[in-house]
Amino acid sequence: MTSFAKPSINLKNAKRNKLGLTRRDYEGAMSTLCAGCGHDSVTACMAKAFFELSIEPHRAVKVSGIGCSSKTTAYFLSEAHGNNTVHGRMPSVATGAAAANTELTYIGVSGDGDSLSIGLGQFAHAIRRNVNMLYVLENNGVYGLTKGQFSASSDIGSRSKKGEENLSPPIDPVSLGLSLGATFVARGFSGDRAQLVPLIKAGLKHNGFALIDIVSPCVSFNDHKGSTKSYAHTFQYYHPAVHADYVPMADDIKTSYEDGEAVPVELHDGGMIMLRKLDKDYDPQDRAAAYAQVAKRAAKGEIITGLLYVDESQKDMAAMNKMTATPLNALPYESLCPGAASLADLQNRYR
Amino acid sequence: MSFSPDINDFVIKLANVNGTGSSSANGLLMKAIFRMGVPVVGKNVFPSNIQGLPTWYEIRVTGEGHMARSGTVDMMVAMNANTYARDIAALSPGGILLYDSTWPRQHVLSRADVTVLGVPFAQMCNEAFSAARSRVLMKNMAYVGTVAALLDIDPDVVRELVREMFAAKPKLIDLNMQAISLGYEYAKANFACPLDFRVEKLNKTVGKIMIEGNAAAGLGCVYAGATVGAWYPITPSTSLMDGFKAWCEELRVDKETGEHNYCIIQAEDELAAIGMVLGASWNGARAFTPTSGPGISLMSEFIGFAYYAEVPLVLFDVQRVGPSTGMPTRTQQGDVQMCAYASHGDTRHMLLFPAHPGECFSLAVDAFDIAERYQTPVFVLSDIDIGMNDWMVDELEWDDARRPDRGKVYSAADLEKMDKFYRYRDVDGDGIPYRTIPGTHPKGAYFTRGSGHNADGAYTENEAEYQEVLDRLKRKWENAAEHLPPPITHTAKGGKARFGIIAYGSSDGAVMEACAKMAKEGIHVDYMRIRSFPFSQEVSQFVDAHEQVFVIEQNRDAQMRGLLLLETELPREKLVPVLHYSGEPLASHFVHREISALVNAASQKEESA
Ligand SMILES: Cc1ncc(C[n+]2csc(CCOP(=O)(O)OP(=O)(O)O)c2C)c(N)n1
Ligand code: SF4
Ligand SMILES: [Mg+2]
Repeated sequence: MTSFAKPSINLKNAKRNKLGLTRRDYEGAMSTLCAGCGHDSVTACMAKAFFELSIEPHRAVKVSGIGCSSKTTAYFLSEAHGNNTVHGRMPSVATGAAAANTELTYIGVSGDGDSLSIGLGQFAHAIRRNVNMLYVLENNGVYGLTKGQFSASSDIGSRSKKGEENLSPPIDPVSLGLSLGATFVARGFSGDRAQLVPLIKAGLKHNGFALIDIVSPCVSFNDHKGSTKSYAHTFQYYHPAVHADYVPMADDIKTSYEDGEAVPVELHDGGMIMLRKLDKDYDPQDRAAAYAQVAKRAAKGEIITGLLYVDESQKDMAAMNKMTATPLNALPYESLCPGAASLADLQNRYR
Repeated sequence: MSFSPDINDFVIKLANVNGTGSSSANGLLMKAIFRMGVPVVGKNVFPSNIQGLPTWYEIRVTGEGHMARSGTVDMMVAMNANTYARDIAALSPGGILLYDSTWPRQHVLSRADVTVLGVPFAQMCNEAFSAARSRVLMKNMAYVGTVAALLDIDPDVVRELVREMFAAKPKLIDLNMQAISLGYEYAKANFACPLDFRVEKLNKTVGKIMIEGNAAAGLGCVYAGATVGAWYPITPSTSLMDGFKAWCEELRVDKETGEHNYCIIQAEDELAAIGMVLGASWNGARAFTPTSGPGISLMSEFIGFAYYAEVPLVLFDVQRVGPSTGMPTRTQQGDVQMCAYASHGDTRHMLLFPAHPGECFSLAVDAFDIAERYQTPVFVLSDIDIGMNDWMVDELEWDDARRPDRGKVYSAADLEKMDKFYRYRDVDGDGIPYRTIPGTHPKGAYFTRGSGHNADGAYTENEAEYQEVLDRLKRKWENAAEHLPPPITHTAKGGKARFGIIAYGSSDGAVMEACAKMAKEGIHVDYMRIRSFPFSQEVSQFVDAHEQVFVIEQNRDAQMRGLLLLETELPREKLVPVLHYSGEPLASHFVHREISALVNAASQKEESA
């Protein structure tokens, strides 16, 4: 079974967001993943981010592919429509959905197998189109659901549970995203919620395709010694470079940040992403430099994290296609059908 | 069936080299005849190539208004030296061969039973025009002039068409008219013009248009209110999306703001194209994809997902020759079974079969209604012949009172009133559940999945719950059979025909003509044209009412016959396959020959028994 209904407990003194909703309102069915699976932590962070942003759950749309990671869209925001599509093809469904209605918040959840092998093409093209969505790639270096085969993100020299050594170079979603022109590229770790929740919030508020690659260990098949995607390995080589906070329009930015400490990035909704450099050599607004830094850290075996690149100035898919502001699925039929008189008229060219 | 050329009843075939600009010249010729009020049938046979390979254009002038190729050639305009041998062989006895006599006549160009006319097209154009490209292009216009003189085509009509054609580049009007005159005058001076078979003005094209099926289908999508189109380029479906795009640019762009009321996405492949359609449709927009056989192969996983998760999809399969990439620019009805059962597991899909561009328009609109009514994939199975040839059809019509059937969708108000929404329950007992569109209401949410789900829309691995959903899907399907576009039956005179014909799609014109001809010869056959799948009861009843039914189709494996045998209780021996699968559009000559022979053989067998 993938989901059980969760008993709903009414927490009297629970914290409420601007909509008057509690954290509970952002939860979903009970997870059926293995205890300790990194994906469950990511799910919790997603719910928290949505809660904190006060997004109405039913105005969000969750899409996913196939894999343990892709199942998790059932485990948060039960009041949002979900579409657990087919393996590796979530980006296309998200693209079509985003075309039909630009007013909802779209979140795609995928795995490293789903995105980097069978779905690499769709993943790349959704980036190119700058589809306005948050794309969460729960990266554990294996195929969890099919029981432990190497995935395309396995590092050279990483060993499977059975002791086999991976010899092929990994596909790194962050480098790939940077090279494909992604407008928001981040990396997080399921073991660092303090960093991840703000990243998710920033990604949700970014206008365009926001990619978050999240190291999310698979406790059943890839958390052993010799694996480069284990909890232990990740903690050891973890290198946060840029912290990002989302600050809504109403909040006074001055109070929470010292001058010069943080770089603001203005968003379409009037809010801001505040970038705080943890690594002074790192510039998250210079694509080429970011790419070089990511490569340099990777060569050293380090796992660079944070909001690694952001560019708020690019057109998203809707803008590139000059789409009207009214969602296409809400346009009245009368405005779409040219009618009998036009039909008679336009056929003159065929006479 | 013997055809002898006559006034307003003959076939010209033009043999050209691809990429030399011949197709606009040939189109001009056909349009001129149409403008003279004389019905025409045009077929473009082109290679999968941009420049250099042979290409043919066939124009049948048919005062009686037939809708298919006849299968004969009365005049051959042989402009491609590489195909001289086969082109002259294709000519009917007594026919006319027109060729470029700039170069010495090749020995292959002799046949005792045809008249050979040589015109030095290249030489004339080289003398008259200086630019290399115009010399090539103007040769085409020169033969248009010659053919116009030979066939008595009204020069004023030709001139008007040239003017329209180059309205945007007026300089070219004179140039082209000059070339046409060269050919025209040469013919007048050297040959006895006009020929015995020629064009004479009629008024049989009033209320008619000449249009390609793909342009009509694209227009149908506009009228259906489709807003999202996703595709991956593939001949012969590309021009359907080109058509939709052109219509949208004309009709759906806000004049002031430049904003679009639509979104067209060129996908990275067909897997993505259908995924986009699925996402858009699931999210409440009318969405479609045009493709051809190879695309359907790639889309199969999603098609099964949509069937089971009950997401409306509209697919246009403009069929081309397969298997694999086959002969991509030739026509076939080869995807019938693939589309009917696309994907793994117990899946089956609704199919619509337009017979001509007029139905490409009307069935395109219907397809969206059907897909949303039944929440399932719907395939419009057109083919190259319909999609990419100009057909003379009745003017397209629209009823301003028509509104889209969006099927069973709960609104926010509906949801507000209810306790809880269950996605896959059979509320009305017709097998069709209610759906909700994302973002409508907190109570409307459900989790769409291709894996086991129960009637409530929840995950299940329970056998009975899974089976309940599958059985309801079957009921939904069965109930739909009587509500899809019904077959069209033509009952032979006397009403007691022993034999019947079943055909579909682009075979219609050839079958209709052959039936009429056979009737004159005393062979009476009833004819049913199937327009949709699943089959209505009428189809079985038609077969039951005849001793034998000939199933005419354009594929090798008798796919429709197979479908009939699988889906009905009809006996095998009653359904006799009649198959044409060369890649050429079906000719009435072929149907007449095959059916007459089968009927005669059956009658003789009876006499000797
Ligand atoms: C077309 C297709 N091929 C294969 C599978 C089997 N399959 C299911 S999940 C999966 C791998 C998932 O890996 P990943 O995306 O990394 O997810 P994880 O389980 O590791 O979170 C595969 C190969 C499938 N569902 N569909
Ligand atoms: S198999 Fe691995 S990825 Fe899947 S649920 Fe278990 S721990 Fe998580
Ligand atoms: Mg994985």
